[in-house]
Amino acid sequence: MRKILRNNHLSGWLLAAPLSLVLLCFLVLPIVMIVVVSFWGATEFSIYPAFQFDNYQFLFGSPVTYSVFLNTFKYAAITWVFTLLIGFTVAYFLAFHVRSLTWQIALFLLCTIPFWTSNIIRMISWIPFLGRNGLANSTLISWGVIDAPVEWLLFSDFSVILAFVHLYTLFMVVPIFNTMMRIDRSLIEAAYDNGASGFQTLTNVIIPLAKPGIMIGSIFVVTLVMGDFITVRFMSGSQSANVGRLISNDIALLQYPSAAATAVVLLATVLLIIAVLLRFVDIRKEL
Amino acid sequence: MTTGQDLELVSLTKRYGEALAVNRIDHHFRAGSYACLLGPSGCGKSTTLRMIAGHEAPTDGSIVLGGSDVSWMPPARRGTAMMFQNYALFPHLTVIDNVAFSLKMKGVEATVRRKKASAMLDLVDMVRYADRRPDQLSGGQQQRVALARALITNPQVLLLDEPLSALDPFLRIRMRAELKRLQRELGITFIHVTHSQDEALALSDEIVVMNNAVIEQAGPARNVFNRPRTEFVARFMGGHNVIALPQGHFAIRSDRVSLTAATQGRLDGQVTGVEYQGGHVLLTVRAAGDQEIAAIVPEDAYFDKPMQQGADVGLSWDDSALHPVAV
Repeated sequence: MRKILRNNHLSGWLLAAPLSLVLLCFLVLPIVMIVVVSFWGATEFSIYPAFQFDNYQFLFGSPVTYSVFLNTFKYAAITWVFTLLIGFTVAYFLAFHVRSLTWQIALFLLCTIPFWTSNIIRMISWIPFLGRNGLANSTLISWGVIDAPVEWLLFSDFSVILAFVHLYTLFMVVPIFNTMMRIDRSLIEAAYDNGASGFQTLTNVIIPLAKPGIMIGSIFVVTLVMGDFITVRFMSGSQSANVGRLISNDIALLQYPSAAATAVVLLATVLLIIAVLLRFVDIRKEL
Repeated sequence: MTTGQDLELVSLTKRYGEALAVNRIDHHFRAGSYACLLGPSGCGKSTTLRMIAGHEAPTDGSIVLGGSDVSWMPPARRGTAMMFQNYALFPHLTVIDNVAFSLKMKGVEATVRRKKASAMLDLVDMVRYADRRPDQLSGGQQQRVALARALITNPQVLLLDEPLSALDPFLRIRMRAELKRLQRELGITFIHVTHSQDEALALSDEIVVMNNAVIEQAGPARNVFNRPRTEFVARFMGGHNVIALPQGHFAIRSDRVSLTAATQGRLDGQVTGVEYQGGHVLLTVRAAGDQEIAAIVPEDAYFDKPMQQGADVGLSWDDSALHPVAV
């Protein structure tokens, strides 16, 4: 018995076992289940185990799929651009312009305050603001900027992306701020000493060194937006669709095999995007 | 008289809120000299260097380089270059790109700047490592790269902020010889901040000793060591005793103090410590008035007549070895 326990190989496996079990039960098995169900068949009133490609055939054969995926990519791309610009600016301000640590922590906590309420509440609170007779429209009218209420403020792509940016910018701020705080301040002085302007320092020193943070933030934002369905439903007033909504509709109609097939395709797409992103930066080196 | 590219500090002052970091210092650095700013930590030497470099704005006074006031110019336009204490190499760039950084900022074409950077790396004997990253280099190699990066801007004054403090003692001695060689070859002014007396004595044409935000004493290394003007300088440079005599305070080098039989010398005392140091023996003597006086005796002289701890001895010296110091 003692001999067995002394075996390094075995004790290594034993140490890794609890986490592996948890991951197996709550991550691997559900995904395997989804993949399995995606090959099942369905009728109007029942689903039955099978191994057929009908769901995928239908999915790839329908023009709706392509337009919905395209719409999802559009949301992800536009949201990514805005969260990156805003997130980088905020992180830069916090890391390089706020001098005292106390203020840095205070302002950083301030950024997280919205997270004390739920996503959905934060999303819904935009509705009275953006509505036809909402705050934004009535203010603009009273200022004389517009004559009639602007229609595209709410239940449009604009409001969907606005909500996404609002919800997810912090996921960009945190990792970028984290990598920026680890940049040695003397590097910035060294760049200045070598004749770099503020902008040159930004592009030649700060951005390259903040890249891992930018990459991690991008992965957060892209996966969150790709997988979202509730924001799109609320903020577009059910007028736009993304892949998440496609899946949720199928589930509402009890079409589990078709929902599972869409989920598998979505999962593969997101993994592909992350793989491409990781090719640009080795984030493991930075963790 | 100001000639060539002399550097002059004119009542230079730096205040952080209420605290005075540098208090109205005036100094003239001759062109092409190796100067060391020497002092304990917090004496204002690093702040002075950073003001010369342009990384710290002076509260008052000015910095004049080659006849023109550079106090408010950006660092790169002053004709100075700085080598940072931790070298501050860009971790994401290769050695050659680090060295070529300032040329890239000026918009020099890639092939031209690589060629110039290569020549500069040759000067510090680092061409072999051109394509490595800083984290793949040893401390000494990183320092050479930092040196090359500073020198590629053709500075008239090179500012070094404790350049040797991150190296191990053996490497430190090798690198300081190298610094001196480079300075002689390039003929530009080096201003080197350090808290090590040995380093300052070994390198400097001129030592500037700072304490409490002011310059205590400045001059050629030999002058500062042999004729300290204040008690602080005498103690900080080391190898000196400061003795209170009825006529006032005097500094005397430890190796100029000799031991005699008790009551035969100028001061009486008791041996409190004997330390063998190889070539010589360091004796600590507690003399009248509770003064600790160190005497360095050649090894053979000591072992001709060894002494026990607690023995009564007399201390003697030549009057010419005494230098009056301010307390």
